[in-house]
Amino acid sequence: MTSLVSTEIEWPSLSEILGVLTLQSGFNTTVVMIGVTLLGIAAGVIGTFAVLRKRALMGDALSHASLPGIATAFLVAVALGVQGRSLSVLLLGATISGILGVLVVHFVSRHTRLPEDAAIGAVLSVFFGAGFVLLSIIQYLGTGDQGGISKFIYGQTAAMSVSDAAIIGLVAIIVTGATAGLFKEFRLVCFDPDFAETQSWPVAAIDLMIMALVVVVTVIGLQAVGLILIVALVIIPAAAARFWSERLWVMTLLAAVIGGASGYLGAAASALFPSFPAGGVIVLVAGFFFMVSLLFAPARGVVAAGLRHLMLRVEIGSQHVLRALYEAEETGRVGAGGDIAISELGEARRWSAAWFQFLLRWLSGRSQIERRAERIALTEFGRHEAYRVTRNHRLWEQFLITYADLAPSHVDRSADYVEHVLSPEMVAELERELAEAGTLPRPAAMPASAHPIAAGKVAEGRAS
Amino acid sequence: MQSFIHSKRAEHLSLADFPEHSADSPLSVHSLTVAYDRKPVLWDAEYEAPDRQLIAIVGPNGAGKSTLIKACLGLIPIASGSVEVYGQPARRQRRLIGYVPQRGSVDWDFPVSALDVVAMGLYGKIGWCRPVSRKHRRAAVESLDQVGMAHFADRQISQLSGGQQQRVFLARALAQDARLYFMDEPFAGVDAATERAIVEVLRQLKQDGRTVIVVHHDLQTVPEYFDHVMLLNMRVLAAGPVDEVFTNENLRRTYGGRLALLDEAATALAQGS
Repeated sequence: MTSLVSTEIEWPSLSEILGVLTLQSGFNTTVVMIGVTLLGIAAGVIGTFAVLRKRALMGDALSHASLPGIATAFLVAVALGVQGRSLSVLLLGATISGILGVLVVHFVSRHTRLPEDAAIGAVLSVFFGAGFVLLSIIQYLGTGDQGGISKFIYGQTAAMSVSDAAIIGLVAIIVTGATAGLFKEFRLVCFDPDFAETQSWPVAAIDLMIMALVVVVTVIGLQAVGLILIVALVIIPAAAARFWSERLWVMTLLAAVIGGASGYLGAAASALFPSFPAGGVIVLVAGFFFMVSLLFAPARGVVAAGLRHLMLRVEIGSQHVLRALYEAEETGRVGAGGDIAISELGEARRWSAAWFQFLLRWLSGRSQIERRAERIALTEFGRHEAYRVTRNHRLWEQFLITYADLAPSHVDRSADYVEHVLSPEMVAELERELAEAGTLPRPAAMPASAHPIAAGKVAEGRAS
Repeated sequence: MQSFIHSKRAEHLSLADFPEHSADSPLSVHSLTVAYDRKPVLWDAEYEAPDRQLIAIVGPNGAGKSTLIKACLGLIPIASGSVEVYGQPARRQRRLIGYVPQRGSVDWDFPVSALDVVAMGLYGKIGWCRPVSRKHRRAAVESLDQVGMAHFADRQISQLSGGQQQRVFLARALAQDARLYFMDEPFAGVDAATERAIVEVLRQLKQDGRTVIVVHHDLQTVPEYFDHVMLLNMRVLAAGPVDEVFTNENLRRTYGGRLALLDEAATALAQGS
């Protein structure tokens, strides 16, 4: 880590950046970029199902639990005189202890009352701690090879060889192939495992299959991304993809694209800034995609949700103004031109002056009201809308009185909350039920208000 | 809405499919005991379900109603006893069993459409690794139509109301084309339209010769909706035709609280020894 501080960051030139991004920056860089891109694709695909099955943190337990396996494999290999840095030996050790960790988590959460997150936390840290102790033993023995091991912790793309990239490619093909073949089975088990069980699907085996694919992706990703952060590559692309789609196959595809893009751009950045740890850079790119999705996805994004909420408030507020105007007309408190003083209308509700002014501007912008100096009136179009709004409000009031046994004076406030979301079918249903109960005097006519409309306090909710 | 179960599909379930067991009861439960961590939830339950009837399971909260059907479905381990479906161990008869779980048992924010969920009822027929074909899609839409939800086929399930979600679960069970159905509180918290749709489906299922066992919480509607009733409170306290078994006396024994239960246990023990 000291190298990070002491090294001057050299900014690459534009042509260098372009060269890396177009895979023209030498054979080694190209191999690394292809390998990490494929890794991202595989992680995105299987991550989708790990996330939907709510097993994402199992991947974290798995990767952290692989450290003592790597260290033990190294020690055993050295003791037996085998080349300690041999990748396959180390990955075998990683796989065994990673799976062991997952099994311990499974055992603890199943046979004790401990919740799964606590089991994951405990097992993950104990295995990781054991790994660190073993690493210090390796250092103490001074075999001089521990550099080959620390890359598993933080990730190092530069060391990737052609055969490594080929293995990653093979794994990517296996993961996408298995997911495509078992798509329906994965979907069923992730959505409703109990139902799957009653249909005699082997739920445990299908779960194991998902978990095994997560294991494979995690293990082949250890070298490039590092065991602390590899789980991020499994979770983040899937979590980001969820923001964009309500279709599982689209989500899976998007997770693959986001995972692949994170790998590609992350490997490129890591080639341009060799002193940065590759795992961190790759995950930062994935995190960027996640942030963009979280904020700007059209249906589920934070910005869109905020806008929807604001629109609903505006809608409800302007409907209140319309109803207040309609009831003012109804009770004959409007002037000769059908208008009423803004101040008289405004004191009816506890609106802030700014909000009330905004609503008036909004309504006149949609030509539902007309402003005449300090007075306002409904337009023909606005009266039509005000009629509908008032009618829904009163239908709902009637319904509450008829079916919920509410005193009329208490009805107005509860009616306020629901009337704005009444669908046409709901209105028809209310009319039918009220007609059956004999409390809707003339179908399709405006029901009379359930409570006296207080003069001066137009349509105020009776909060008392 | 004319024919709920397609006549062509009903043919699949002729008696020839189950030659040696056609006379057996849809569900026989013998001395079934289920315990969660040493605390028994069901104690020595005995039950023999009549064929082709609508059966309600009623009982107070925590009486073991859901536990009973989950044990029958093989979803939870049983401590002792046996469950037979049409004369065979329930596990081997899963193709004949349809299931409507409680609505709250799944995450409704899952990225699937109503049609996708209903098609899950056909996965057993489709088989391993094969995609859902157009034919299966059509069958799923048909099932949705039977619960009045065909227009919502492409709707994401989180955008459905609670009652509509319940009807999607019901449509999935219809797609299973089973002979024996278990439904866990299908009427819980649904709107009037959904309640009517479910009742209509139950009647049609009975007419098509299926047996339906429903965990039910609304005592008032039991005589109207069901033929048979099982009164459950840890043990099966009474079971039989509604007009014989659904009496004040039996209800008091079922809902009367701990005292009544202990009385009952004491009598049972005295009779046993």
